Amino acid sequence: MKPSSTLTVLSMAMLLSACGGEADSTQARGPDPKLPEPQRGLLPSMKIAEPVAWGEQKPTVPEGFSITAIATDLRIPRQTLVLPNGDILVAEGRGGSAAKLKPKDVIASVIKAEGNTKVKGGNRLTLLRDADGDGTYELKTVFADNLNAPYGLAFADGKLYVANQDALVRFDYEDGQTKAGGPPTTVTELPAAINHHWTKSLAISPDGRSLYVGIGSNSNITERGMEVEIDRAMVWQIDAATGAHKPYATGLRNPTALTIQPGSGQVWAVVNERDELGPDLVPDYLTSVREGEFYGWPYSYWGQNVDTRAQPQNPAKVAAAIKPDYSLGSHVAALGVDFSIPAMGEKYADGVFVGEHGSWNRDNPVGYKVIFVPFSNGRPAGEPLDFATGFRGDDGKTRGRPVGVTVDPKGALIIADDLANTVWRVTRNK
Amino acid sequence: MTVTTTLTYRCTPGPLHATLLAGTVPLFLGALLSDIAYYQTYQIQWSNFAAWLIAGGLVFCGLAWLFALANLLRAEPKAGRPTVYFLLLLVTWALGLVNAFEHAKDAWAVMPSGLVLSAIVTLLACVTTWVGLTNLRSGGAQ
Repeated sequence: MKPSSTLTVLSMAMLLSACGGEADSTQARGPDPKLPEPQRGLLPSMKIAEPVAWGEQKPTVPEGFSITAIATDLRIPRQTLVLPNGDILVAEGRGGSAAKLKPKDVIASVIKAEGNTKVKGGNRLTLLRDADGDGTYELKTVFADNLNAPYGLAFADGKLYVANQDALVRFDYEDGQTKAGGPPTTVTELPAAINHHWTKSLAISPDGRSLYVGIGSNSNITERGMEVEIDRAMVWQIDAATGAHKPYATGLRNPTALTIQPGSGQVWAVVNERDELGPDLVPDYLTSVREGEFYGWPYSYWGQNVDTRAQPQNPAKVAAAIKPDYSLGSHVAALGVDFSIPAMGEKYADGVFVGEHGSWNRDNPVGYKVIFVPFSNGRPAGEPLDFATGFRGDDGKTRGRPVGVTVDPKGALIIADDLANTVWRVTRNK
Repeated sequence: MTVTTTLTYRCTPGPLHATLLAGTVPLFLGALLSDIAYYQTYQIQWSNFAAWLIAGGLVFCGLAWLFALANLLRAEPKAGRPTVYFLLLLVTWALGLVNAFEHAKDAWAVMPSGLVLSAIVTLLACVTTWVGLTNLRSGGAQ
């Protein structure tokens, strides 16, 4: 970081801490979080990650596990997919074309950029292969490029689906392929105007017939106008054969990752909630995505807590809003979710892994780790456990920021790190 | 009958100083009108206009304040007009800055505090401009 910008961020931070909230407060996590009253000082709290290289350091994983960087020097890796033959695909890119509408947007974008990588997004899929199974991914090759900020990945029935920021596309895939046979076929266009929240998350039903795409809102809380929120903040269900689509669930501010629960086939999501209501509002959450339901955004949060910033209000929608299943804590920025398998070991056999990119709108940063939410009888049960930490060190420096998490059927967790431009693999020690 | 003529010497701002000072009025007034429009229509673009007009008003006001500072330093005596004008501009700018931060809030969070502040700042800009344009200091200027 340049000295001048250090000074800017520092002075901002000092200014802000004067009007921010409590120095530290317990993050309400779990199925029934206790929510404080909304609060906001004259300026929003901002604490931006101070990036440094990993060097010899690595993320910390639980006893009995090891972590290795299986690919480095990527160009903003976000989500990963394990193919049937064990190859790993990595979606790389950065999207969004949101105009800066207010002086605030100009200033905030400069400050937030300090906490992100300076690398240009790859707009491509990279394939990683460990042919001999020794844990070293010796092959790293471009599977497909010239994509438009690819993010969500899914595979079924010999078809590889990629959710670009403007369209859902499909590649034909044969086992062992290392390069796409040609440009992809468009399944359907996706809402792409502005793309304030540009990531399009993706999951596919086990029978390969229905695709689910998470589409984020076009603002924090309608500050770009209600008109640009048509077809935003929702999950679409898309017919794989025809591209026909319909809203599956709505009012989900930014559903950044989707996954299917093994067995039940239920769609689950992690959702990033709204900012600038204080350090402990509004909790980001993990939830089963219930068909036809409305989850509150923009009119209310966590059920019927009205957000007066969204005007004109809609009392009927507020009344209809349902509560999500499980709070992950406010501002953690959950960007990845995947169900675990018994091969991850007894303690981590039943539940989901969640990648937390880390906060900006909080004096005392949270997130910057991968957690495990234990399940029981198909529902989240109990306190979350830290699984991979150390992305933000005790020295206050940030070495990595987790995004997508993918469980490898061989019994490993793949973590995409979009600050260090690295893909990590956590394995159980033999 | 003897007629006594008192010569009042009035010092008014130069063209640049006057432009900067008077420019604060339409800028802050434009912000106020935009705020009123947003308050009545919920159309967010009015709020965006208000935020930029306030930013422009702060630039004009801030530069005019530098002239006011120079005037204060050169004035003898300093009490009265030069100090009043200087302080009025300072308060206008300070409240304008608070208003800019209010307008950095998202969507309806700007309301109603932003609208109220815009009205106060516009009024202050009018008074300050009136004071500045009529007389910067009385007599004794070099």
